Order: sequence, then structure tokens, then C-alpha cells
Amino acid sequence: MLRQIEGSRAVAEAIALARPEVICAYPITPQTHIVEGLSELVKAGELRGCEFINVESEFAALSVAIGASAAGARSYTATSSQGLLFMAEAVYNAAGLGLPIVMTIGNRAIGAPINIWNDHSDSMSMRDSGWIQLHAETNQEALDLHIQAFRLAETLSMPVMVCMDGFILTHAVERVDMPTQVEVDSYLIPFEPRQVLDPAEPVSMGAMVGPEAFMEVRYLAHHKQMQALELIPQLAEEFELRFGRKSGGLLRSYRCEDAETIVVALGSVNGTVQEVVDAMRAQGVRIGSVAITAFRPFPLDAVRAAIGHAKRVVVLEKSLAVGLGGILSDGVRKSLSGIQLKGYTVIAGLGGRNITRASLHKLFEAAGRDELEAVTFLDLNTSVVERELVRERLQRRSGPTAESVLRQLGTVASGIG
Amino acid sequence: MLQVRIHGRGGQGVVSGAEVLAVAAFLEGRHAQAFPSFGSERMGAPVMAFCRIDDRAIRLREPVMEPDALIIQDATLLHQVDLFQGLSRSGTVLVNSSRPLEDLGLSTLLERTPDVRLFALSATELAVRHVGRPVPNMPLLAAFAALTGVIGLDSVIAAIRDKFPARLAEPNVAAACEAFDIARKEASHA
Repeated sequence: MLRQIEGSRAVAEAIALARPEVICAYPITPQTHIVEGLSELVKAGELRGCEFINVESEFAALSVAIGASAAGARSYTATSSQGLLFMAEAVYNAAGLGLPIVMTIGNRAIGAPINIWNDHSDSMSMRDSGWIQLHAETNQEALDLHIQAFRLAETLSMPVMVCMDGFILTHAVERVDMPTQVEVDSYLIPFEPRQVLDPAEPVSMGAMVGPEAFMEVRYLAHHKQMQALELIPQLAEEFELRFGRKSGGLLRSYRCEDAETIVVALGSVNGTVQEVVDAMRAQGVRIGSVAITAFRPFPLDAVRAAIGHAKRVVVLEKSLAVGLGGILSDGVRKSLSGIQLKGYTVIAGLGGRNITRASLHKLFEAAGRDELEAVTFLDLNTSVVERELVRERLQRRSGPTAESVLRQLGTVASGIG
Repeated sequence: MLQVRIHGRGGQGVVSGAEVLAVAAFLEGRHAQAFPSFGSERMGAPVMAFCRIDDRAIRLREPVMEPDALIIQDATLLHQVDLFQGLSRSGTVLVNSSRPLEDLGLSTLLERTPDVRLFALSATELAVRHVGRPVPNMPLLAAFAALTGVIGLDSVIAAIRDKFPARLAEPNVAAACEAFDIARKEASHA
């Protein structure tokens, strides 16, 4: 049924349709509305057979989900930003134990400086934890990916993060097609766990493993993620057959057939990128874009097939590997091994900085002329940066950087007045 | 695509205004996208919310930078924030004010953009009378519907009933209906 609802509400209802048995939650913006919505559904009796557990921290949220999943319950939690960092140890444990937990990440920056706005720093910090990471482009896709995520996680016995841009998607009210319970039931086969903690049939889980076997256990986790590269497109195909729309898969190309310049990005910014691609195509520029849905496992072959024919690739990233540049760029570059192609990394939208059509248009034009640096910071206020660098050179006790930058901007522009 | 920017202060229902507008457009079979300008919300601080309405799916995720219409829920913002930034030269501006337009000090705006349509509605007064609280967002939406014809009053009413429980929805519907009538008369004179 078509509905006009907030992204968080859409995800909460999709999770409810997946019939989770345990939901553990600790609030942190911008994911709060999702678990609030679920708590309402449980309380109202609309989501039956589900225990909603309020815990005291994110560490506890995922730890309880680990326990519930180990006992064979379909388990869900959600978090963002510092919340994900606070559960980091449990994030690795959930993956290492091979427990099929589904977790939403309402993507948000990581401090310091304190910042509640969107970028991808949080989920990127856990990119090598062994979780599958899927990025949604729209609220419809966020909803659909959650349904696919339970099937994917349980088939492989491996946890899945569904990443959706905080605020930009979680707080946007837009049209979604909400599936029925019957449709979701027919897609999500009942959870048949590979391992269960059962007093009647005791097993150990999480045993200590020494050098003689640790590498083999890790290899098997890697092997499972490689299997996911095949399973993710299959599940998306089956989803399309049952629900009548394309959602998920490894990646999606947009107007790339004869493109000389291809832009690669994760998440909701792809919508704005496509608008700019259309505008530039209308001016005769051969440009296209690729939205990567599966960031872990990283689809090296699919990326190579999608962009290998271009002259240049612009990787637009909402995260920064300090001291290196891009994170997504690394994977893209690896996928192009042996192909001569110009590659540019663009860091954009950090800490919620708006990514506008106007800025992207100028950026892609500069890329087309091959005038970009290897790493570019979109809309960086260079005069503020220069002044701060001079100040730090002249003064040993220059004080905290963030506060100094805010002072330079003034109270109005910095939004603190 | 029609783009609307709503300005107000924290606590005045700016975000709900954009949401109800999007739901009203959705009820008419159109695509709509509503979202707030994200920030550390606090009572009384200037806030913005955005709404886009189109006949096809909306992909754009930037804030509304070139609005076709502005709804200004708090007239004290007029000279504090650059409300008119990016406004279409033939845009519509609806200001919540009990004072006549001439008293709002907007002559420079009209000189700069003579084709802008400017309206004032005493929406807080309507809200206080019907709802018992100074929440001008729903009467302003109804007036916006009357002035622009972008959405119908029926859709606004249905969207209000969708958003609020009956005890809040009905007084807001009453305020909205009165606002719609006032604005329709105003528009026919303009």
C-alpha cells in the first residue's frame, strides 16, 4: 500500500513485518524514531511474539541481541554514530560468532567535534568487522533492504547492517510502498538457525581459539562474505519477482553505457547525483553514475564491469580516511586493477554539509577537464582553513581548533547564536 | 517541481507543516518530499522545513534553495534571517502576521522582485481562537492552498486528520477552513 510517511516509520513497520522476536534498543539520534516506532507497535499489540528490551547502553543493546540470536531468536537493533563505537566490541563478536542479527545504522558523523549530522564515518569505522553492509538510496530501498537483510543474514548466518543516511532519509517524509504481511511472510522463510544455545542440547559458543585454528575461522567468515556476492543479487531478483520493484543488489548504474565520466557514491546522495547527470547529459556531456548498495562484501567484479569502460571515475565519499583520503575509493581503485583510468576522490558532506546540485555540477565539469586534485574536499572554506593554519604557526598555545574555526565564522554563520 | 520553504521558530510546528503539506499532495496522487533543516532543535530558535511536490519521483536531496513559495510562520524572523534567499522572482510569500503588509517593512523586497505575490494572514490569532494554542501552521497551509491552488482544501483537511488525533485535528480543521476562506477572498482581490 502506498503511504506518505517518515523514513524511520517506514523502517519500523518493515521490521515489524519481518516478525522479529527480540528487539533491543537504546536511543541515539537520528535512529531514535525507528526504535520508538517499534516500541509503540509492540506495546499496541500490533507486533506479536516480540520482546522489546530497553537496555542501558548500546553495548548492552547489541550484547542482548547476541544472546537472543544465539538462542535462536530473530533479533534486531539500531544505532548511530558514537552509539556504534560504544558497541564496537560486540559488533566484532556478533560477526565472529556468525549470528544473523540485523541492525540499522542511521548514518551520522563521529566526534570530536560533537556533531549530530549525517555522514558515513560511523558505519565506515566498522567496515572490516565482518558484518555485511548495505546502503539505501531512498526510503523505499531502506524499507526493502531490511526485509532482504533478514533473509540474507539468516541464509548465511552472518549479521547485516542496513545503512541509511541519518536525517536525510530517516527524517524525510516521502512515498513508500509498504508490503503486506502475506507478501513478507512468503519472502522471509522461518529462521532456521545453524547454531542454538539450548539447555536440552548444550553446546559452547565463543570458545577460545588459538593460532592453530583462528586463521581458518576468519577465512571461513571471508568465504561467507564472498558467497554473499552471489546471494545478494539473487535475493534482489527474487524480491523484484515477488514485490514488483527493484531494490538492493550489488550496485545500480545510471546512464553509464557510453559515459566517459562515472561518479560512484553510496546512499541517498545518488539521487542528487542523478539529477546532475541528467542536466549534464542534456548539455551533451557523457556522464553517468553508479550507486553502490553492497559496500561489504565489496563487489569488485561488478564495479569493474560497471565503470571499466570510462575515461575517469569520481568517487564521492561522505567519509574521510584521515591521512589517506577516501575509503570507498580504495575499493573502486582495487576493482580497476590493470585498467588505465583517471581516478578522483571527492570528500563531501562531512558532518551534514549540504551536497548541492550547483557544487556537484561544477565539480563534475572540473573532473571532465581533468582539473581535479587526487583528493578534493567539496565546498571547503579554504580562507578559514588558511587563517587557522597561520594562527597555529604564529602561536604555540593556539587553543582548540574547532572553537577557533567557529569563532572565525561568527555566531550567525556557525549557527550557535 | 514545486518547492516550498517554511520558516518559523522551534515549537511552532514548522516540521509538521511541511509534513502535512506533503501528505496533502500525496493524497492528490502526487509525489512529495518533506524534511526539516536538521539541527539542535530548541524552542524559539529559527528553524526551516522543506517540501517538494512533483508529478514524478523526487530524487533531489539538497535543501530547498530556490523556493517557489515561502511560508513564514513568525514575522519577527523577517529582519533576522535572510528568508528570501533564492526565492523565485514570481514566487509566493505567505506571512503570519496580524499587521497589514505595508507595516512589515517589505517594500525593498517588492522593489527588487515586483512579481512576488505577498500575503499576510493572522494565523496565530486563528489558532489561538480555534485550537487554544499559538500554533499557526495548519491555518497557514490552508491559506497556502487557497492562494496557490497547488493542493485542495479537502486534501489539507484529510492530511490534518491523518497527522493529529481527533481532539487536535478538529480544532485545526476549523482554523484551516476559516483561513482558507479568508485567503481565497484576499486572492480574488489581489
